[in-house]
Amino acid sequence: MQLYLPIAEVSVNIFLILGLGGIVGVLSGMFGVGGGFLITPLLFLVGIPPSVAVATSANQIVASSVSGLLTQIKRRGVDFWMGWVLLIGGLFGSAIGVVIFNWLKALGQVDLLVSLCYVLFLGVVGALMLVESINALRRANRSGAVPQRRKHNWVHNLPLKVKFRVSGLYISVIPPLMVGLLVGVLAAIMGVGGGFIMVPAMIYMLGMPTKVVVGTSLFQIIFVAAFTTMLHAVTNHTVDMVLALLLLLGGVIGAQVGTRIGQKLRAEQLRILLALLVLIVCIKLGLDLVLTPSELYTLEPRHIG
Amino acid sequence: MIRLALFLLCLAAPLKAEEIVLGLSKDAVAITANFNGSDLLIFGAIKRQEPIPDTSVLGVIITVSGPNSSVVVRRKERRFGIWLNTDNVEVDLAPSYYAVASSAPLGTILKDIEDLRYAITVPRAIRSVGARVTGTEKFTEALIRVREQAGLYDVLEGAIDFEEATLFSTAITLPAKLTEGDYKTRIFLTRNGEVIDEYDTVIPVNKVGVERWLFDLSLSNPYFYGIMSLVLAAAAGWLAAAVFARIRR
Repeated sequence: MQLYLPIAEVSVNIFLILGLGGIVGVLSGMFGVGGGFLITPLLFLVGIPPSVAVATSANQIVASSVSGLLTQIKRRGVDFWMGWVLLIGGLFGSAIGVVIFNWLKALGQVDLLVSLCYVLFLGVVGALMLVESINALRRANRSGAVPQRRKHNWVHNLPLKVKFRVSGLYISVIPPLMVGLLVGVLAAIMGVGGGFIMVPAMIYMLGMPTKVVVGTSLFQIIFVAAFTTMLHAVTNHTVDMVLALLLLLGGVIGAQVGTRIGQKLRAEQLRILLALLVLIVCIKLGLDLVLTPSELYTLEPRHIG
Repeated sequence: MIRLALFLLCLAAPLKAEEIVLGLSKDAVAITANFNGSDLLIFGAIKRQEPIPDTSVLGVIITVSGPNSSVVVRRKERRFGIWLNTDNVEVDLAPSYYAVASSAPLGTILKDIEDLRYAITVPRAIRSVGARVTGTEKFTEALIRVREQAGLYDVLEGAIDFEEATLFSTAITLPAKLTEGDYKTRIFLTRNGEVIDEYDTVIPVNKVGVERWLFDLSLSNPYFYGIMSLVLAAAAGWLAAAVFARIRR
């Protein structure tokens, strides 16, 4: 069944788009990532113009994140305090990131830099995470789950300590603010919500328990994605509501399924799967840079008037 | 039925030695929610005051052309083992859609000089508007190739039924990927490769109903449109969570 999209100006198969939304929704619910890094290229493949794909996927991410978050709240899997702190850091980070992005744009070759940034970052994050979680899984299997004691390091000696009750942390607000800032900068430069950077950062840099990380990440993503949606709607008029509706119908259901799958898995298994996902995306992007493309020319129509 | 319509059209047309009389299966194309391309039937006749001169080659060519826009064509090149965009050329004006149908292979019924003057074939239709793209043939060729593969540029040689050098008809399939605007339709009558009559008409293509409303709203009231999108997204997320929670209980 075909449906014509008013803003994208293409006709698409309804079930194909529902399915795409569903797959990304499952990932969102499982890992707490928005899935923007996945859905945008998938929409390109279906023939949606890039600018519409980017703007509309932000809108869809709001829906699946809300869906996943509400389920997480019921399970006490959201640390709101931590979420707010990360968000404040993230807002400042985005502002800085946009400045850097425009500066790079003026220098030219910003696309290449973004791609390289992606490949490098995803590669490092994915590999580190994979090694760590496989080790953790092995340890847990061998010694019948001896919980590892958290190390005391310089992070714990910083001022402005706050109790993050849900995460079971008593640390300074400075590290979460910095993590939020860093993710915000990267997200703005790379044009994504940053969930797949935020999740590992919360686990490894802040030492948050995996079970709280997913919900807290979703909480933070909702605001980032909502802000992005408004920005695109107002400046570029590229949010396609019909496309968003199809995607989010699949997405919200997928997110529910994903949340349930996530709760059945052990924390280490969840981290291994996320690491693999990050690595797959990294390899795909890397190959795109290196392999000879089938068409060397690309078109970018400009509207007149 | 069509022939009757043609007959009536013939009566209404003014006098000329040999001229085109035209009919269209639709005056306008409406893009609705379930729009999935549209078949456009173009038919007509040659009206004459004298008997058909039999020593010459007669041909009919029909072009349908969508709204023009400028297009940036980028080329990738390998640098340090990585493919990146290196050169780009801006084609000033290229139609978003272009179809050429003819009663015989274009080479036999159209002279190059006439093609140049009337901008009939695809490369001419692009070049004729933008004079600045000389020396960048590879880029315009790529533009044509990419759009042909997407079904946006179409060459239908021999697709016009041309009966007894008088009646002609053809069907042009407009793709689902249609841009709004006025689609200029031109019909050429050629004799020995020279254009002896041209008939122009315009087929407006417009969104209607919900499509129209959403498109207009996104431009006229973007803040409201953005907030509406967000509310819709949040509501859908909440609904899914609530429904699933109930199912579990």
